[in-house]
Amino acid sequence: MPREGILVETPYERLTAPQVEMIHQASLEILRDPGLICFNGRAADIFAAAGADVSSIEKSDPPHWIVRIPERLVNEAIDNAPKTITLGARNPENALVMNGDEPRVYFVTGSETNIWLDTDFKAYTKKSDQSVEIQFPEFIPRRGTVADLCMSAHISEHLDTLDGFIRNVNIQDKDITEENKDVNKFFASLNNTTKHVQAGLTALSQLDNVIRMAQIIAGGEDALKENPIISLICCLVKSPLQFVDDTTDAFIEICSRGIPVVVSSAPQAGSTAPIKEAGILTQINAEVLAGMTLGQIVNPGTPILYGTVPSKTRMDTLTDSYGAVETSQYTVDCTQMARFYGIPNYSTSGVSDAKAPGQQSSIERLFSNIAVSMSGPQFLHCAYGLLDCNSVFSPLQAVLDDAHFTMIKYFLKSPRIDDAEINEILSQIRTVFSTPQKLYIGYVRKVMRSGLLSPLYPFEGDREHDAVFHLAYERMKDILAKPVEHIDREKTSQIYNEIPGLLPRLNNYDEGR
Amino acid sequence: MNDIMAQLKENVIQGRITQDDEGIDDTLTGPGVVELTRMALDSKIPVKQIIADGLTAGMEIVGQKFNAKEYYVPDMLASAEAVSEAMDILKPHLEGSGVASRGKFAIVTVKGDIHDIGKNIVAILLKGAGYEVDDLGIDVPTEKIVEYVREQKPDFLGLSALLTTTMLVMGEIIEALSAVGLRGSVKVLIGGAAVSEEFAREIGADTYCADGFEAVRVLDSYRAE
Repeated sequence: MPREGILVETPYERLTAPQVEMIHQASLEILRDPGLICFNGRAADIFAAAGADVSSIEKSDPPHWIVRIPERLVNEAIDNAPKTITLGARNPENALVMNGDEPRVYFVTGSETNIWLDTDFKAYTKKSDQSVEIQFPEFIPRRGTVADLCMSAHISEHLDTLDGFIRNVNIQDKDITEENKDVNKFFASLNNTTKHVQAGLTALSQLDNVIRMAQIIAGGEDALKENPIISLICCLVKSPLQFVDDTTDAFIEICSRGIPVVVSSAPQAGSTAPIKEAGILTQINAEVLAGMTLGQIVNPGTPILYGTVPSKTRMDTLTDSYGAVETSQYTVDCTQMARFYGIPNYSTSGVSDAKAPGQQSSIERLFSNIAVSMSGPQFLHCAYGLLDCNSVFSPLQAVLDDAHFTMIKYFLKSPRIDDAEINEILSQIRTVFSTPQKLYIGYVRKVMRSGLLSPLYPFEGDREHDAVFHLAYERMKDILAKPVEHIDREKTSQIYNEIPGLLPRLNNYDEGR
Repeated sequence: MNDIMAQLKENVIQGRITQDDEGIDDTLTGPGVVELTRMALDSKIPVKQIIADGLTAGMEIVGQKFNAKEYYVPDMLASAEAVSEAMDILKPHLEGSGVASRGKFAIVTVKGDIHDIGKNIVAILLKGAGYEVDDLGIDVPTEKIVEYVREQKPDFLGLSALLTTTMLVMGEIIEALSAVGLRGSVKVLIGGAAVSEEFAREIGADTYCADGFEAVRVLDSYRAE
């Protein structure tokens, strides 16, 4: 049985059916005219061979082409794109089965943060009452390492609301190079969580090593196809409307191997996309459709997620503002567009502009997490533990987020109203009506134990100051004390024998140390 | 005989008042506390033993589960309500049974106030703890309360009010009891969202109880004195 996620039976939608159709038509028009600038020669050739109008730009440096994609190619790509995509896992019970027509949300981590935020607690004494001492956190930033990535995967394994793991720490150890980064980030992740693992590719030369590693863990080539324990994410179209050279190359190779992949686009309304909602929506939709079309031409039937990470530009700095309300609006719209095509959607929510855990962080992330979850994206990178526009990872924040998602998952549960329920309620009301106390408490106990009631907020304090951080920190320590289900000795040994570049210190069985 | 007592204790733990109650889960079926208490009487089991080995023993386990956070307030209330029903059945048989009365507790929501959830919960818990409880109702005039104390001579009087306006009536009741010389005959406990320990001192109440569990502890402590 795959993971259940949460099925949003009546998803929140902002667009009317005619508006969806208008965006679709406008995107097709953009793909025809002006088309996209393509910095990758292979992609230009692939499009040309498939019937797109491709023209080279004379004496351009770097060389690039204009690719105008006809509606026919886009429609064929949409037809060929799988509508149901399975993302497997080391523990098959953690597999994710996503149907593009079904708004079943899976919550996953995400982004590749440069900074890891440690937490330390200091005692402070109340000025007006020296007997009152509170513990207040200090946050200490440092560069992320592969050990941190292992720790993050370990925490993620034990966060109940988390369905999958996108590597969220950029490993910056001195012995990590461009050549060995991919194998180490995938091994560190896969070795510390039994949930699905997704990451971007740093070096195309490492793609086959990563796939081979996944095959060994899954139990062979066919087993990996059956249970794809890894997937990749490619932002091959840079906004506005430009196929970048290296990522497009990687994307073509990934598609040719049939590995599940996200085509992701991340325009900023106001800088790299129009500031108006219709504008950014039309452009991001065109960019994702262009990527999907390329992938389906390369290898029809490749499992590709429709990935959208729109944001609004901050007017004070011209950087992206994920905490802005509009960012959530765009994202909800994109989810609706993906559902229009029947293709599983990769979406983002919960990204905060705040630099550290606190009120701003809670307000921004909770706002967008609720709004975007309600729209029913299938694969939701919901910024577990992320801060400062996804450049910082705080494990403490990840634990806090788990509590948020417990609430959100309960909120999204479908109401149960049927004849049996109504009959039972009528009987209850009549019975209680005739008692002197007029209390329904006697009927609570069974329901209370059935999992139908939401739990209390786990970090509730009992004093004048809240104890949220401290209690969450204790929970984080409890999680890290839990055992890790590593890849077994035999497979680890095979991986170390076959895959070059793995750091000996990641081998739990000492063989390579 | 032992089987009836074991079942009675288990049904108290599950808070099953009658055979129709679902309890905590569907694992326990058959007679509930009411039916088992009657069966125990029919089997000539001494009342003292029914109370000690069935009801009190069951409630002790409930208390332990509550303290261990395995049980929540609804569980405690369900068990207390079951014991309270059993005590009603046993009441005619108490005289000469060797069971000492734990005391009579009257509870009331004061004049001008109709809120009674807290009052009802306190009544259930105290009754379940073995106290004789008289619930005088809501919006009860002060004179009626004074008259009740004069005639029924309760050991304890619990006053409940939710509002900052009606809590002032509590002070008036205590003054009225003093005025007719009855204040010394009854311990006055107050409770409700708006009141506090400080307010209890201000109006001359004996104590403030934050909730029903504290009310049980307070009354038990008076008995121990």
